[in-house]
Amino acid sequence: MTDPRTEPAPEDSLSAAPAGSPGGADLTGAAAPMKLPRTGPGKDERGKDLIREIMTGSGLVSVLAVVVALLIGAVLIAVTDARVAAAAGYFFAQPGDTFAAMWAAVSEAYGSLFRGATYDPTARTWLGQLGIFETLTFATPLILAGLSVTIAFRAGLFNIGAQGQIILGAIFAGALGFGMQLPPGIHLLVVIVGGAVGGAIWGGIAGLLKARTGAHEVIVTIMLNYIAVNLVLYLLKNQLKDPASSNPVSPPMPGSAVFPLLLGPNFRLNAGFILAVLAVIAIAWLLNRSTLGFEFRAIGANPNAARTAGMVVSRGYIVVMLISGGLSGLAGVSQISGTERSLDADVAGNIGFDAITVALLGRSTPWGTFFAALLFGAFKAGGTSMAVNADVSIDIVLVVQSLIVLFIAAPPLIRAIFRVKSPTINPPTIKPPTISAQATRGAAV
Amino acid sequence: MKSVPASDTNLRMVATLKLELKGITKSFGSLVANDRIDLVVEPGEIHCLLGENGAGKSTLMNVLYGLYEPTSGEILVDGQAVKFSGPGDAMAAGIGMVHQHFMLVPVFTVAENVALGRESTGLGGVLDLEQTRKKIREISAKFGFNVDPDAVIEELPVGVQQRVEIIKALVRDARILILDEPTAVLTPQETDELMDIMRQLTAGGTSIVFISHKLREVKAISDRITVIRRGKVVGTADPSASTTDLASMMVGRSVNLSLDKAPARPGEEVFRIRNLTVMSDDGTRLVDDVSFAVATGEILTVAGVQGNGQTELTEAVLGLHRHVRGSITLDGHELVGRSVRQVLDAGVGFVPEDRRIDGLVGAFSIAENLVLDLYGKKEFSRGSMMNRTAIAEHAARKIEEFDVRTPSAQAPADKLSGGNQQKVVLARELSRPLKLFIASQPTRGVDVGSIEFLHKRIVAERDQGTPVIIVSTELDEVLELADRIAVLFAGRLMGIVPGKSSRDLLGLMMAGLSADEARAQLSATTTLKGEPS
Ligand SMILES: Nc1ncnc2c1ncn2[C@@H]1O[C@H](COP(=O)(O)OP(=O)(O)O)[C@@H](O)[C@H]1O
Ligand SMILES: [Mg+2]
Repeated sequence: MTDPRTEPAPEDSLSAAPAGSPGGADLTGAAAPMKLPRTGPGKDERGKDLIREIMTGSGLVSVLAVVVALLIGAVLIAVTDARVAAAAGYFFAQPGDTFAAMWAAVSEAYGSLFRGATYDPTARTWLGQLGIFETLTFATPLILAGLSVTIAFRAGLFNIGAQGQIILGAIFAGALGFGMQLPPGIHLLVVIVGGAVGGAIWGGIAGLLKARTGAHEVIVTIMLNYIAVNLVLYLLKNQLKDPASSNPVSPPMPGSAVFPLLLGPNFRLNAGFILAVLAVIAIAWLLNRSTLGFEFRAIGANPNAARTAGMVVSRGYIVVMLISGGLSGLAGVSQISGTERSLDADVAGNIGFDAITVALLGRSTPWGTFFAALLFGAFKAGGTSMAVNADVSIDIVLVVQSLIVLFIAAPPLIRAIFRVKSPTINPPTIKPPTISAQATRGAAV
Repeated sequence: MKSVPASDTNLRMVATLKLELKGITKSFGSLVANDRIDLVVEPGEIHCLLGENGAGKSTLMNVLYGLYEPTSGEILVDGQAVKFSGPGDAMAAGIGMVHQHFMLVPVFTVAENVALGRESTGLGGVLDLEQTRKKIREISAKFGFNVDPDAVIEELPVGVQQRVEIIKALVRDARILILDEPTAVLTPQETDELMDIMRQLTAGGTSIVFISHKLREVKAISDRITVIRRGKVVGTADPSASTTDLASMMVGRSVNLSLDKAPARPGEEVFRIRNLTVMSDDGTRLVDDVSFAVATGEILTVAGVQGNGQTELTEAVLGLHRHVRGSITLDGHELVGRSVRQVLDAGVGFVPEDRRIDGLVGAFSIAENLVLDLYGKKEFSRGSMMNRTAIAEHAARKIEEFDVRTPSAQAPADKLSGGNQQKVVLARELSRPLKLFIASQPTRGVDVGSIEFLHKRIVAERDQGTPVIIVSTELDEVLELADRIAVLFAGRLMGIVPGKSSRDLLGLMMAGLSADEARAQLSATTTLKGEPS
């Protein structure tokens, strides 16, 4: 996935002073590696192209992937259903029964999934009836972490480290939450900023290592995930442990440091969702309207042209990873100040990894990510209701989610394996003919 | 050399096809890529489709090959109207095509690629390649292709890959072969080999539709030439037609193939390179102790065979290289050690050697590419916010001024033809006041009409008093633009000679002789032969 032409060396335009001596500056001694030779799109290029194609293809592919995944999910539901199996026993006598049973199983399962995620008049509790708010609640950290993956990706970095950045965000937010006493509004603000900083540090490390040494962000962020998991475990056994509990959990967040509930005590939906929506708007503006976003996109799409145009690619990597990490940190805040309200080792759940899928499904655009996160939130909210009401294993949701990834990723993957150019992708750069020295000499003499 | 006249072929070759396209129109939305095109390809002839990039040549051939359905019009094969709903039909009718961009599976062998789509399986469903291998050897021997059926595609040179594409068509009994810009990817030697192959193929009875925008090749190989401009046939010509006439037909106005430029009026030498050495990571000297100066109002071209340090020289000026020793000054200000942004801000306009890799962001719109190094300037941003209106207006102006052929300013740059992409890069770099303009390979892969235009723009920039450095491996271009010529060999400066120097002199210098040595050798040869060169 490395771009052979990507120069990892720092090029800080601010600090580079014009050489004063008439002999000019001798930079040979500098430890920074020199620009690597430029080659045409070669083998190493393919990995990067592949990921770009998977992450940024058309939105239609996403929609179709979801539809097909749901259809296959339906088949699985049908064939694993007990009534269908019973009816299939006399299939040749009365095939209609089998099909009717299939339809019943699938419509019941998806019906309760849909109702559980939106509105179910038959449920006993308010919370159960208005599943839509659970959907939004589950979507909140996914939106923020999905944005984190999205923005890094737009600058050409594959941030696998949302998980670790969420954990760091939650640690910082938690420490500032139950470790301090501040007036209500200010306390929450401090917690939010602190969480963002925590995530930004974790993301920034990956960005810095990428920029200074060329260390691949995928490897670094995976490593940082492990460190984060063990760090939070350590802290929960020591500094951040709730003295009143024998388990490795932190004290609860004080009321001044949690997001206010938006719909009263019957619903978990909190102001974290508003934060997430604001983040979507902000990132959409940043990417599409701001000069910084222009730089990110240029660096992501063609770092060589970006560098030639005077952009500082290494600085771009650092800045985007700070922002990316910060967004994941906010996802951590939305967990600890929103739904969890205390820090435990599982504060990030699977959000950091689902975020990658969400960004992929959202085609690495802010609003695409938002809607993809809502879909995944709906799967989560409706999955439970499906398991309870239709007696269909909640694993079906997992299967559908995995199939979505498969359908989006598979076509480019297959093309990449066989190195067939996609019809929609640009033709390869044409190798310029070179005049051989021999021929020139022959012609000249 | 010309192939056998069409009438003779008719008598000799019964199996050949006569192909007629009548009133073919193909629109993509509002864009009419082909407009009522009539074309007759006689059996056994090499028929050339000549036209600028974007004229609609590939589209027409894709219609013929069944890849696109024509909006209207008909195709006649031997007088019979045919309708192709896919390449399969076209192949069945005896039409084969080698695309501009090859359609080969790089990890497969030659035989596997040829067999693809018409696999025959033997016992137990095992792929039977033996027959295919045999056929490849046959064809290869017959036409002197020299292709090993078991070679893996990605390990073959481009020229050989192209022959595999031709074999693919021949194996399917193609009697009309469409070659879409086959020479664009070839070296001059490979081009000559391809031309030999084409002649052998027509001698064997195959007709060829040869697509190109290179006049020299077209004149060398074709029996008849049809010129297409903006989707319409503008005329047919004999290969004996003059280059200027062909170019004018193609571009639609009279083209001056030789650039009229006023003599340079060099002023002060404001740009100086002193003892510049650029090293690779392993310490190889890519540019070795080079010193020269360029004055305002003159064009210095840098000649040399590809890979003799030209790229590194220009990149060192822009600040893209780390291991740089020596001094580069513009107006007395040192540029070595500055960042790219600082160098650009000092007034350097830079056109990189490879526009697709370094000059453009392919996924960005033309409008965005036109501000790729200007987006931070006051005109295009307010604070940290891009000024979209200003960017759009700028794009509209530059598209107009540089005649960039595109449906809209929002089209992604990688959808443009090479010539139009290059216009975008030049338009951007020339859109601010410059103190130095450096362009590498400014017209590589660019069609005739655009070359003329780009050269004029470069000379205009010189006439405004900007010092200009042009790096080119095309000797024609070097001679055309130069007021003075610097020749690089193995990173060293072989000397600077006047713009009107002879090709022989430059050739010797490009091969590693200093200007004096080269002159001495030349006068020795002429004395020996007893005639002036
Ligand atoms: N699939 C397509 N969709 C829309 N426009 C196209 C398509 N293919 C070609 N064009 C447009 O049609 C015109 C002719 O293109 P093409 O036939 O490729 O030109 P040529 O081969 O002569 O360089 C160009 O303006 C090009 O942008
Ligand atoms: Mg074409």
